[in-house]
Amino acid sequence: MIEAAHPPDRLPGELIMWVLIISEMAVFGAALLIFLTLRLRDPEGFAAAQDHLHRLSAGLNTVVLVTSGFGAACAVRAARAGQAAATRRWLWGAMILGAVFLLLKGVEYADAARQGIGLETHVFYTFYWLLTLFHAAHVVAGVIILGLVSIRAGADGVEAGAQFWHMVDLVWVLLFPVIYLLR
Amino acid sequence: MKYHTQRIAYAYFVVAMALFAVQVTMGLTMGWIYVQPNFLSDILPFNVVRMLHSNSLIVWLLLGFFGSAYYLVPEEAEREIHSPTLAYLQLAILVLGTAGVVVTYVFDLFHGNWLLGKEGREFLEQPKWVKAGIVVAALIFLYNVTMTVLKGRKTAISNVLLLGLWGLALLFLFAFYNPSNLVLDKQYWWYVIHLWVEGVWELIMASILAFLMLKLTGVDREVVEKWLYVIVATALFSGILGTGHHYYWIGLPAYWQWVGSIFSSFEIVPFFAMMSFAFVMVWKGRRDHPNKAALLWSLGCSVLAFFGAGVWGFLHTLHGVNYYTHGTQITAAHGHLAFYGAYVCLVLAMITYAMPIMKNRDPYNQVLNMASFWLMSGGMLFMTFTLTFAGTLQTHLQRVNGEAFMDVQDQLALFYWMRFGSGLAVVAGALLFIWSVLAVRREVVTPGPVQQHRDQMAHRTPAE
Repeated sequence: MIEAAHPPDRLPGELIMWVLIISEMAVFGAALLIFLTLRLRDPEGFAAAQDHLHRLSAGLNTVVLVTSGFGAACAVRAARAGQAAATRRWLWGAMILGAVFLLLKGVEYADAARQGIGLETHVFYTFYWLLTLFHAAHVVAGVIILGLVSIRAGADGVEAGAQFWHMVDLVWVLLFPVIYLLR
Repeated sequence: MKYHTQRIAYAYFVVAMALFAVQVTMGLTMGWIYVQPNFLSDILPFNVVRMLHSNSLIVWLLLGFFGSAYYLVPEEAEREIHSPTLAYLQLAILVLGTAGVVVTYVFDLFHGNWLLGKEGREFLEQPKWVKAGIVVAALIFLYNVTMTVLKGRKTAISNVLLLGLWGLALLFLFAFYNPSNLVLDKQYWWYVIHLWVEGVWELIMASILAFLMLKLTGVDREVVEKWLYVIVATALFSGILGTGHHYYWIGLPAYWQWVGSIFSSFEIVPFFAMMSFAFVMVWKGRRDHPNKAALLWSLGCSVLAFFGAGVWGFLHTLHGVNYYTHGTQITAAHGHLAFYGAYVCLVLAMITYAMPIMKNRDPYNQVLNMASFWLMSGGMLFMTFTLTFAGTLQTHLQRVNGEAFMDVQDQLALFYWMRFGSGLAVVAGALLFIWSVLAVRREVVTPGPVQQHRDQMAHRTPAE
């Protein structure tokens, strides 16, 4: 996929999808900023709470989701070339990886619930649950959207679906280091 | 007027304006009770006046929305309203219900009766038969308007308007659900008015504003629709979870403090978009529409909604701030400017636009109407500032220093006197508006040389 050297004269993809992406980035960004601000008041408490999370599983999930994003990007290229069968294969690949992400996340949640970690346990977990659950809901929505656009496998639809899917990717890449890794 | 059935709007607007007069009169009465607390205390207690002030506002705005829909849907769908008879029947039901509510409240009739007596849940205290009547009227309306749109041309404006109106009617159904658990009672209670004003009513506002901009500025429909979609997307994105800012202190889990704070902070975005939209359309517009007053109300609507709903809303939406300001005069300041800017000005803009066409009046009689805009809006802004200062003082004295409620109220007397003065201006402005729309038959002020020249030019090359 060779793009022209000069910037495109119109916004690529769906306008409404861009509005949604900017809105999501703003909301997650605001929440992460609040999270970091609250952390300043209680770094030890936050670090202790963080130790109950599964960094390895979350790291693996990052690889899974980014790879899935690659699949969605390949689907866009195939859709633009008019290859419906290849488009569907890439989309299904991306969806399966999305499901793997949800599975790993579900194991993490189950373990947290087993340890008795709830929304009110510590302010760290309030944000952990709110942000990751909100993100996981977007993963579910994204898998459904990718499934819907795979039916017709048209270039515009697949592009809009991939736009959404990359946003889900991007949000996770921001959440992961701030929540799981920051010491 | 291209379609005969657009005239249905006339009846709706007249009843709406009558209730508008009642609403502001009740407001002024309350303003007086604030400074002379025993006024009418035996025959018309404060809580009843307050309820009449708020509920008549909602009812006349609803009538304004219905009227606006009956006016703009035929033009958008390019066909007559499905059934004018049903439209008038709907109005009759609403008028009967409103009269029933007022009589039931003021004389406290049928006390305790499950069907006829008032229900006691603040602002949703309508007797059950009135609630049922509202649902029937809403169903008639939705059937009538949806049939018209389905059979005619489908545009973004009518689609967004329908989405908003359907949401409005469906959310009202929560008025029937009253769990005995007080926390759940309050949770559902907020669904009715506040998922309206922070959600579906914004869709209605955006679509009516889009219609007015289309007519008044002559900008391409394609451009208007793009803006409309962006406004709708940001309104729903921020507004639905943003309504969580009402859940801070009613007993719901504490995470609502974060959800409500973050999402409601973004509720300013659709209002900023609507303001930008209105001004960009006017700048881009090629049409010099003769109805300058309608343009003034439309632009005023978008600006005052941005400040009243957007800025004054953000002022006390973060839970750390709201912990101190909750239920003080800060809330009253926000409520007044938000409702006035977003929804009162909107309906008055539509009335100003549609009435001269329905009454077949040209040239427009505009000067009094525009004067009423400045009088009413000036009064409302002054009231907002007064209440904001009163609320700031109240927050400090009562919530920070811990003084007793009534001791603090005594110290706020000066602000309440000024608020009464600003209320006088608003009532005078409202009456002037109604009079200028309904009664005046000739231009009251002779146009100056510049305007005369423009009028001549306009007549030589008629607006497309």
